[in-house]
Amino acid sequence: MSAAIEATRVCKLYGHGPTRVEAVRALDLVVRARELTVLVGPSGSGKTTLLSILGCMLTPTSGTVRVCGVPTGDARPEALAAIRRQHIGFVFQSYHLFSTLTAAENVQLALDIRGERGAGAIAKSAAVLADVGLSAKLKSFPRELSGGEQQRVAIARALVADPSVILADEPTAALDSENGRAIMAILSSATKQRGRAVLVVTHDARLFRFADRIVHIEDGAITHEERPPPPERVTNAQGAGPQTATNP
Amino acid sequence: MAAVTGIVLSVVLILVQMGLFHGFGRMVTLVVDHTSTDLWIVSKGTQYFEDISILDTDMRRELSAVDGVAEAIPVVAGFSAWLPPEGGLIGIFVIASDPVNGLAPWNIVEGGLDDLKTPGTVTLERSYANQLGVSARGETAEVRGHPVTVGAVTSGLRSFTTRPYVFTDFRSARSYVGLPANLVTYFLIRVKPGADVERIRSEAQARVSGIEALTPDQFRTRSRDFWLYRTGAGAALVAGALLSIIVGTVIIAQTLYSSTKEHLYEFAMVRAIGASNRYIYRVIAFQALVNALIGLSVATVVSIGVERLTATSVAPVMITPALVAVAFVLTLLMSVASGIASIVRIVRVDPASVLTR
Repeated sequence: MSAAIEATRVCKLYGHGPTRVEAVRALDLVVRARELTVLVGPSGSGKTTLLSILGCMLTPTSGTVRVCGVPTGDARPEALAAIRRQHIGFVFQSYHLFSTLTAAENVQLALDIRGERGAGAIAKSAAVLADVGLSAKLKSFPRELSGGEQQRVAIARALVADPSVILADEPTAALDSENGRAIMAILSSATKQRGRAVLVVTHDARLFRFADRIVHIEDGAITHEERPPPPERVTNAQGAGPQTATNP
Repeated sequence: MAAVTGIVLSVVLILVQMGLFHGFGRMVTLVVDHTSTDLWIVSKGTQYFEDISILDTDMRRELSAVDGVAEAIPVVAGFSAWLPPEGGLIGIFVIASDPVNGLAPWNIVEGGLDDLKTPGTVTLERSYANQLGVSARGETAEVRGHPVTVGAVTSGLRSFTTRPYVFTDFRSARSYVGLPANLVTYFLIRVKPGADVERIRSEAQARVSGIEALTPDQFRTRSRDFWLYRTGAGAALVAGALLSIIVGTVIIAQTLYSSTKEHLYEFAMVRAIGASNRYIYRVIAFQALVNALIGLSVATVVSIGVERLTATSVAPVMITPALVAVAFVLTLLMSVASGIASIVRIVRVDPASVLTR
């Protein structure tokens, strides 16, 4: 499977002198196409910093990041925005929908920033919203939608421009377990049907079964990776530990 | 909503203050504006219609002799005292001329010009009726000891001097203002069709000493310049108008900037999903334009309401399309300026901040 994002020896330091914090330490990570990677770790472990770096929103102090083969190291903010626009779709924990826009308009926003407008953009947005089960809610405003529905709109917004990579920050944290599973199922199908790379940051161990790969991070470094057991093993042998692989 | 409200209040402030300034400017030239003439002949140095101007009646002959002059029409005008029936003394400004070819009252709502032909018959401006102690045609009072009868009633002839304009016949006017038979206040010059007004103006000034010949535009400009820029009242209005522009524009800029700052987080989200700087600039410019247009539209309606409410007051607010255009340009400039300030702030926003909310 090809690398959608490749991070090599990535470090991120905050502050100077005694207040210096090493949020990410010489970290290597590959996010592959057709794979749903779950990044898991305790609070303060560096998950969000790493996600920001992989999503070209934060520049690493050292190390290199390539997104779809494009190096991001020396890129200016405007070039990083272009990489995000061309290759990455984001799903946020708090959905971040515009309250004054309908579901369809929120999705169209992602096309609008790419210069796609008019009937084509409307049709595309409607199709993606239908894919996530919201064809009846096109004209609903966020306040008229449940949390799960709002997150599905946010996913539709991330998917509509057909990015190679989806980065999701705690996408199920504000949802009940049923909605959480529904969201993960949508993200999982994005990898299988469209061949996208999906990286999900989550605390919720119940969602690990949707992962193709689970990456554990602690104190800014990857401690180990694992591949969850096939679904039938999870169902039939509760408590059986996953297959563990040491991070190279 | 808050942004639009701020803009509306600011634009109303600007429009009303500028409207007051403009209204005052129009009031000081009210008579000049309503006089149909090609040239005003005034004593040298006369600044405005109610100023002192005394001309010899013999000048009429000299002025009429200037090539191209069709007619020189005398005007008698000056301050006098009105004695209401109940007693007291009210200052008035008396005007008399040839009502057909010269200067006649306008906005007559009761009676007509013919009713003023009888000596001792005067006009009553409705808005001063209470002050003058008369309210309708046929009622009587005294002007400088002479009995007068109201022959016609006018409406909207508010004088900026606060002294009511009282039109009457020529002979009575002399008595009321105490002007001897050999003197008049102004001459109105009508030129022959096709005659060169500028040449006649120069020739009249060269031929008759102690006078100035002014086109209506020149007299208007001189009157406004005097009252607006050379008197305390005008200075206060100028200062008020300037202050309103400064305060209004600062409020508009601050309101729009605050509004953008309130939505900073939403801009961060748009940045996070890959919006370019150019896209952000476009959104802010569009927002500023929409806010400016909505704010200006509502403010114009409100200001026109204020204009109507003050139309017959001593301080009428006058809203003209030119004023609205000025307010629009100012609003737009301030919107753009605040937009630029917002852009500087927004392009610095950290898109990663959306991940921590």
